[in-house]
Amino acid sequence: MAEKSSYLLEMQGITKRFPGVKALDSVDLAVRTGEIHAICGENGAGKSTLMKVLSGVYPAGTYEGEILYRDEVQRFSNIAASEQAGIVIIHQELALVPELSITENIFLGHEINTMGVIDWDEARHRTVELLERVDLREDPETPVKYLGVGKQQLVEIAKALEKDVQLLILDEPTAALNERDSQQLLRLISDLKQEGVTSIIISHKLAEIEQIADHITIIRDGKSIETLRVDGTVDEDRIIKGMVGRTLGRRFPERSSRVGDVLFEVRDWSVQHPLDATRLVAKNSSFTVRAGEVVGFAGLMGAGRTELAMSLFGQSYGVKLSGEALMHGKPARIRTVKDAIRAGIAYVSEDRKSLGLNLLDTIKRSIVAAKLGRISKSGVVDELQETRYAEEYRQELRIKTPDVETGVDTLSGGNQQKVVLSKWMFTQPDLLILDEPTRGIDVGAKGEIYQIIRRLADEGKGILLISSELPELIGMADRIYTIFEGEITAELQAANVDQETLMRHMAPMQKGNAA
Amino acid sequence: MSADTTTERRGFNPRDIWLIFGRRGSLKQLGILGALIVIIVVFQIWTEGTTLHPGNVINLVQAYSFILLLSVGMVMVIITGHIDLSVGSVAAFVGIMVATAMRDWGLPWWAGILLGIGLGAAIGAFQGFWVAVIGIPAFIVTLAGMMIWRGAQQFVGQAQTIAVPEEFRYALYGFMPEVGPATPYNNLTLLLGLLAVLALFFFQFRSRAKRKKMHAALEPLWVTLTRTGLVSAAIIWATLLFASGRPGTSFPFSGIILVVLIALYTFITSRTQFGRHIYAVGGNRRAAELSGVNSRRTDFFVMMNMSTLAGIAGMLWAARAGAAGPGDGTMWELDAIAGVFIGGAAVAGGIGTVFGAVIGGLVMALLNNGLQLVGVTTDRMQIIKGLVLLVAVGIDVLNKQQGRFSFIGAMMARLSSKRAVREVSELSPSQNTDQN
Repeated sequence: MAEKSSYLLEMQGITKRFPGVKALDSVDLAVRTGEIHAICGENGAGKSTLMKVLSGVYPAGTYEGEILYRDEVQRFSNIAASEQAGIVIIHQELALVPELSITENIFLGHEINTMGVIDWDEARHRTVELLERVDLREDPETPVKYLGVGKQQLVEIAKALEKDVQLLILDEPTAALNERDSQQLLRLISDLKQEGVTSIIISHKLAEIEQIADHITIIRDGKSIETLRVDGTVDEDRIIKGMVGRTLGRRFPERSSRVGDVLFEVRDWSVQHPLDATRLVAKNSSFTVRAGEVVGFAGLMGAGRTELAMSLFGQSYGVKLSGEALMHGKPARIRTVKDAIRAGIAYVSEDRKSLGLNLLDTIKRSIVAAKLGRISKSGVVDELQETRYAEEYRQELRIKTPDVETGVDTLSGGNQQKVVLSKWMFTQPDLLILDEPTRGIDVGAKGEIYQIIRRLADEGKGILLISSELPELIGMADRIYTIFEGEITAELQAANVDQETLMRHMAPMQKGNAA
Repeated sequence: MSADTTTERRGFNPRDIWLIFGRRGSLKQLGILGALIVIIVVFQIWTEGTTLHPGNVINLVQAYSFILLLSVGMVMVIITGHIDLSVGSVAAFVGIMVATAMRDWGLPWWAGILLGIGLGAAIGAFQGFWVAVIGIPAFIVTLAGMMIWRGAQQFVGQAQTIAVPEEFRYALYGFMPEVGPATPYNNLTLLLGLLAVLALFFFQFRSRAKRKKMHAALEPLWVTLTRTGLVSAAIIWATLLFASGRPGTSFPFSGIILVVLIALYTFITSRTQFGRHIYAVGGNRRAAELSGVNSRRTDFFVMMNMSTLAGIAGMLWAARAGAAGPGDGTMWELDAIAGVFIGGAAVAGGIGTVFGAVIGGLVMALLNNGLQLVGVTTDRMQIIKGLVLLVAVGIDVLNKQQGRFSFIGAMMARLSSKRAVREVSELSPSQNTDQN
């Protein structure tokens, strides 16, 4: 703190509001010149929002607080403005055009040109240099779609270097990478540090953060909690304590011990990637869910949890190669979503807005959408019954809205999720697959969602809970399966498992690094 | 206000006046209706009373029922997120086929109509196949259809005009006969109007009775009465208008076909599972599929339905003209699409109503008719229709951005992005409104 000029970036008192949610609540972040600074926090803590504020995705004026960059107050109005200042963000979802070549992608938007005519020779020449810097041995003419995710990531970094990056922001850069690609990427970030590039890295992989970060800022529930210096005394437990911050017991409702018979059983389920026939997203997966039981699926992003769930839900994803699903001990023929709903399966998607809801619809129409037949006679919808059921769920799940004729697009994330849950409860399922049911919703609503899940289980329904938040899995589930690269690697009793054990099974090859 | 909505509210509350026009959200359609009334009034004054003369309104229905019919089919296509460019060509092809079949094979008039409906459905199934099964965007499929059916029409008709028999003309285009006591009006038209009013009362009060039985929210009785009264007045006015044409004329059969189809499709889109599926697929295709909706089936039937209606439109036209000819149906798709968008549908799909499309279609029809009456030539007519489309959809777009339209508001939003922050903080407390 002694000399101010040692900071490249200072974000002070950043507050960002969305309708119904305070995503950031006076967050402070200070990044020194030439360091690697990690940002840790649970999903929905506000990490990505903070980076979007920094990079101008949320323009100046839509948030409160100040951004000091190179000791000057910055008011970025868009991404172009922040890139002009040398701040480049690489998002989780890569922003490359698959059909274009490496060269074309790197120079997209700022082509080397004379009066609009592109100098491709110069561009290619520069690309070769850049690829050397990021240690990527590929022909610059290769279309990006032929590269793996790891290599695409390197192209993104090359693109950033082309823009003369001073501050590189990486949002979950290794989430979709395998161990070898991750290590290569981390080495590259360290190399860039030697060349004077400052990096901010957002990651869930605490072992990696320990390995390369100089400082760690922890964000929880939209607030900056603390900044730690990585000096050997900071370990994963210390970081997790900061991230979680409260005792787990209070957050989750009591488990009940009334677990019944096997409700749903899957045997040897294998699924092929829809576009890449050589890739299996689920490999001979077998598992069971009992009535009244909450079963957790733990795995890193891209491990194949969602893919497996969607494949089971009427083969909505990929190509099923083999396997059998049994409902109540009897083989269930489930080829379409309709079959799945009829068999008593519900799937609450991880992507509420693009897969879970029609945002143009009202609350009541959304709630009955997945089983219109229940309130219809010879194809005609009974609107009075519709209103009655919608009112019932509004009260039962405490959806905060003046009335059920309101459009779902006006609701906050938590209330939208309650509408999605209502929609699937309305189908009277025996098994509910909940994919990241608390993603992106605030803490209060989270608690309510947990209560609902618990109540459903107590009613004797089977729950399959997919979550990236390990405390949530440990707190809610009775049993947890860990998944790694499409394979179920372990089955654990949640009552006596900790995050570290889970992590070890979620990413078996990382074991060596963590020590 | 009490949160208990299960009992009927009594007494007069000025705020309830809005309930007369239906539930929230239908106010936007009221705006379009207002625009239509303005257009009618303007032309009524401009044409010195000719626009609302019985002779002209009867002519209006006969001449433009095809645009309304196409708008009704088109709004469903557009809600689903597609477009159909082939309707004009399909109408023309069905027209010439039916005319040829009746002339060469000696088909009776009713068989000709059935053939036309079947042919339209078959063409629709063909186009629906390419959209739903093969997965080609409807824009491309119907662009191809536009060429194919136009070519087929010219091939079959040898670029000749083929006359249709008198019975066929009468069935689709004619007037109801004069029966019963001698009155200054057409008696059957009066009877039809009376039946419409009775049906209106029956449905309004049956809905009330059902709501009462189910303990659902009930609007005050005076609201129901006022609404029913207003609509009845409109029906009676229209009935008298149509019934008082020169002797021998009445509300035409094409009008009856139109009214029945509008009622049918209003019901289908707003009350049936299939209707819900159309909105679901258009609003968010993936989400609809993950809710068990068969989106391909929806696509198929929407496309098939459109061509069926196009076929009927083609026959209506041939009946009016007395013959099917090579120029039939040219640019019809554009009038229909314009009508749908004036009626408040969204290009991206998911939004739109049959009612809105009908009003939008009426706007287009009235512009055609009114401008013709005042002697505006086709060149200027095209310009005016284009501008009306731009302004109507422009107002709609601004409406959506602002929630409520105001030019000043629109300008202020551009000036200050801080507004957004303030609105957001005002929004937050309203999340708790149901607590008390």
